[in-house]
Amino acid sequence: MATPAISLTNVTKLYKRYGGRQFATLKSALLSGDLVKKLRPEETFQALKNVSFDVAKGQTMGVIGRNGSGKSTALKLIAGITKPTSGVVAVKGRISALIELGAGFHPEISGRENVFINGIMLGMTKREIQQRFDEIVEFAELTEFIDAPVKTYSSGMYMRLGFAVAIHVDPDVLLVDEVLAVGDEGFTHKCLDKFGEFKRRNKTILLVTHSLGLVERFCDEAVWLDHGDKRGQGDPTRVVGAYMTDVERQEEQLLAAGDAKAKVDAGESTASAKPTGPVDAGEIAADMSRATEGRWGSGGVEITQVTLQNDHGETTHIFHTGEPVTVKLNVRASKPVKDFVFGVAIFNAEGVCVYGTNTDIEDHQSDTLDGAAEIALVIDALDLVEGTYKLDVAAHKLDGAPYDYHRLLYTFRMKSRIKDVGIYRPKHSWKFDGGVKFRLKT
Amino acid sequence: MWHNLATLLRYRGLIQSLVARELKARYRGSVLGFFWSFVNPLLLISIYSFVFAVIMPADPKAQTSPVAVFMFSGLLPWTWFSASLLEGSSALISGGNLIKKVLFPAEILPIVTVLSNMVHFVLGLLILAGFMVWNQHYPDWNELGWFPVVVLIQLIFTVGLVLLLSALTVHFRDLRDLLGNVLTFWFFATPIIYSYKMDTVAGFIGYFRWNPFFHLAVSYQEILFFTGEFGHLKWLPVMAAGSILTFFAGYWLFDRLRDSFAEAV
Repeated sequence: MATPAISLTNVTKLYKRYGGRQFATLKSALLSGDLVKKLRPEETFQALKNVSFDVAKGQTMGVIGRNGSGKSTALKLIAGITKPTSGVVAVKGRISALIELGAGFHPEISGRENVFINGIMLGMTKREIQQRFDEIVEFAELTEFIDAPVKTYSSGMYMRLGFAVAIHVDPDVLLVDEVLAVGDEGFTHKCLDKFGEFKRRNKTILLVTHSLGLVERFCDEAVWLDHGDKRGQGDPTRVVGAYMTDVERQEEQLLAAGDAKAKVDAGESTASAKPTGPVDAGEIAADMSRATEGRWGSGGVEITQVTLQNDHGETTHIFHTGEPVTVKLNVRASKPVKDFVFGVAIFNAEGVCVYGTNTDIEDHQSDTLDGAAEIALVIDALDLVEGTYKLDVAAHKLDGAPYDYHRLLYTFRMKSRIKDVGIYRPKHSWKFDGGVKFRLKT
Repeated sequence: MWHNLATLLRYRGLIQSLVARELKARYRGSVLGFFWSFVNPLLLISIYSFVFAVIMPADPKAQTSPVAVFMFSGLLPWTWFSASLLEGSSALISGGNLIKKVLFPAEILPIVTVLSNMVHFVLGLLILAGFMVWNQHYPDWNELGWFPVVVLIQLIFTVGLVLLLSALTVHFRDLRDLLGNVLTFWFFATPIIYSYKMDTVAGFIGYFRWNPFFHLAVSYQEILFFTGEFGHLKWLPVMAAGSILTFFAGYWLFDRLRDSFAEAV
């Protein structure tokens, strides 16, 4: 490895809370005469715990992690805005931090004057700014408006100008904190091109982002922070993979807990609702779009358990687009039943029924059900776009009168690396012919 | 601390542009624009002149005539001082966004408020010169050489005090409100709208001497207004030493608290 451009060694950062200090404390602080000593915090929060990593010169490092994992703190430490509580942060070369774009802009004065002041603040000399001024303005796409006061700018214009100034500082080390969301698609590409140019010129980039795809495509290495701990470092694909697995595991726990709660709630309501007898099926159907979670029915057939399984037969709540999914119903009939239908429906977050089916419409004529049984709907490939979905499962008579209806009680989440939109993702591919050419997206 | 002071010198370009921006931005969007720098003190002085020349004229022994020139020579430096303190003490809080996001010496913010108020002070001197011509009352030309020295002493003193206050205000927001009241008290405790030559003042002179701004105000008045020698000259070394001491005390405390700013503002 070449000499590190950024080096963190056993860095710990405690955030102090100076909250709740009242005037009485100032008075007593003044009276006792040890003001500096009195400024000790009452509470601390550990934002980074003994974190070490190096970024070699010319490398692009992605920093990923959940909100509150210490990413931004790490960036601020590297930028020198805050000091580590213990440990050493060393950076070689000029730093430019794209942390808050246009942080120093004054709304009343023109874009032109702000470019100069912001540039000087970021460490450029007046002459450097003069040389790069046209380039900056052009990059920000603000040629027409550069002499208007900044308060008249839209937030996009504001951000673009801030970004343009910061990127033209020509740093050796560029720190980027989640700023690629500043402009429209075109501007984002321009920023990425600029980053690419930095990479080619052997500059070091540290990128803090939630855009995992960007980390995979763009970074040479990735660091994963979690609650102030370093959980992983290395090849971006591997680290991102590990991070996503962890996120899914946590979501899984959350969804499982949610399901358990829904079942308990619904169970309570059925217990009281049971004696009132069957609910009119037509009414339910009419009310479908407004329906909320719940459970009802006469109870002749009881759905005792609903599980979602992946292709390994494991119970889970997270699936990837295109994966096989099995919806398994454990049912029980206390007395033999002859008239029964089992149905399953999938709803998306907007309450749109994505798909619904039952045993009857798919030509399974009911014969007998006695005691415990297991019904499974096997979906070979669930081609849904990313999102959260809910399930209706039901056991009812042929005429629709429910034995046991579970309304939106089960939640699962679809994950996809492709951010396509809509509901359904048909199996597809792109084919090109003639005078059209594409290149790999960076 | 010394290292940080050296860094500050490297940032003088930024200080310069920020002062320019401050001045430009202050009157941007107002009709009279920069003329407010003149209008504000003019209005103030016309009221004071009316009250103290017509309503309750001063004892002729106090030698405060022409009253506009007398008051202006004390009021201008006071306005610079008090405005700097008021704005400067909250400079770190209002610039909090910058301190949290951009790496630059935080002391620049309070210093810029002192300097931009100093520009107003200098512009005010033009009005004072106008009044001098109008009233045919001129200062002793050979004493005028001391004027920049007094200004420098005031500058160093004010910067030191503002650094101290701004650093403390980050942690104790009450200081801002407290300061407004202290300044009112301080204003009347300083011979600005009355003359230190009055007998009633002479009785308390021992107390007055503990007021740092007393020495500044008297120096300005002796240089710009009163004829006769610059009698307060003997206090000048004490004032210089005091202001330098204040500066280092303020800077020391500022430096000690520096690391807490990004988190506490």
